[in-house]
Amino acid sequence: MSRNPSEGGARRGLIAFAWLWVGLPLAYGLFELVRKASQLFTG
Amino acid sequence: MPPAALSVHLSIGQAYAWSVFKAPLESALDISGTLSALPFQLGIVMLGLSAAFGGTLVERNGPRWAMTVALVCFSCGFLLSALGAWTGQYWLIVLGYGFVGGIGLGIGYISPVSTLIKWFPDRPGMATGIAIMGFGGGALIASPWSTRMLESFGSGSSGIAAAFLVHGLVYAVFMALGVLLIRVPRPAPQDAAGTDATAGAGGVQVSARNAVRTPQFWLLWLVLVMNVTAGIGILEKAAPMITDFFGDTSTPVSVTAAAGFVALLSAANMAGRIGWSSTSDLIGRKNIYRVYLGVGALMYLLIALFGDVSKPLFVLCALVVLSFYGGGFATIPAYLKDLFGTYEVGAIHGRLLTAWSTAGVLGPLIVNWIADRQEEAGKQGPELYGTSLFIMIGLLVVGFAANELVRPVHAKHHVEEAARVPESV
Repeated sequence: MSRNPSEGGARRGLIAFAWLWVGLPLAYGLFELVRKASQLFTG
Repeated sequence: MPPAALSVHLSIGQAYAWSVFKAPLESALDISGTLSALPFQLGIVMLGLSAAFGGTLVERNGPRWAMTVALVCFSCGFLLSALGAWTGQYWLIVLGYGFVGGIGLGIGYISPVSTLIKWFPDRPGMATGIAIMGFGGGALIASPWSTRMLESFGSGSSGIAAAFLVHGLVYAVFMALGVLLIRVPRPAPQDAAGTDATAGAGGVQVSARNAVRTPQFWLLWLVLVMNVTAGIGILEKAAPMITDFFGDTSTPVSVTAAAGFVALLSAANMAGRIGWSSTSDLIGRKNIYRVYLGVGALMYLLIALFGDVSKPLFVLCALVVLSFYGGGFATIPAYLKDLFGTYEVGAIHGRLLTAWSTAGVLGPLIVNWIADRQEEAGKQGPELYGTSLFIMIGLLVVGFAANELVRPVHAKHHVEEAARVPESV
């Protein structure tokens, strides 16, 4: 069963959007974590 | 499916960042430190209870229903808390965040687990590791975010109310993605040999009701209690512990450096969830728990014997222990799948989470009580923790022995295919 190209594109777009939705806040959290953790070596 | 699961777990993981609100609440509503911890404590108790008692409902009604319940409860908990802060009625915050929000925590925690295992039957450790890593990541996001919000709105009662309101609304929108995207895969494919990929070892499927009657369930319950107690033992006292261990050395640890150590432990906890859980797909569940419990005990022994001699050794051992703590949480659903199949693995997982509530009380109690007694006896520095560390080693050895006793589930507990109730979307 093959999927038409526009359907496949929309699906890929949705997957990318969903990963960005959760990935961006997580990246922010990790950035703050690294900033804080570096205090162990500099603080 | 992973982003759907992550959207829920990253949200409810906010619970571990509750401490951000403690000091502002204490000064704004004139309450004690014990009272300001109550919403979080009630939330964790409700997490265990709702996961244990709501697990079967989650299995019956499907992950979309469960995520909707989690969204409504978690967000309404914040909205009720906003009302409580605004009107100065602290009991509303306890009821909202602790009771109503706590139900959202429990249902949300187990909601994607069995679905993810069904989507990735060959790699259940990796699948659950992704979701449960999100719970660890939730606090990483919420802690700085909530702090900034309180700085903007002010830490008076109206500022706290505004922060709670924004949390409730933003988390509702954020979790909505999970509700919209989640779905159960089509019935399990059979491989060339005709084996059901979603079944446990040997094609086993066991109901939640039967699972709690097996020794395997209670052995895993014991394994989880011991592993989590040992992890919480360090997590609970991480900052004072590293300060006390190196207070009298030529390189004492400052308050800022201790905060950095705590942050590093959070990173290890999170990395362990995805890293070790995925590793369990390769080396097997029983073996990975041998590592968590056996090597964990060895790490504690190194801290107890040489922890005050070398700071890098102390930090390294603590990081390994915390990575095992996270790994233990994330691997347990896959272990349950291996033993009981996927039929009601979410409900079984929910019941097993009572081990978390038990360890949540046991771990801090052991470390704090012993440290207080040692302090009263005039001890200081590493001596404050010596006894606790050896108790943790003992607990891990008990967990190790329990893991060794785990065997495949007896055929009398298996559920025949005709008797199974299909799951909703």
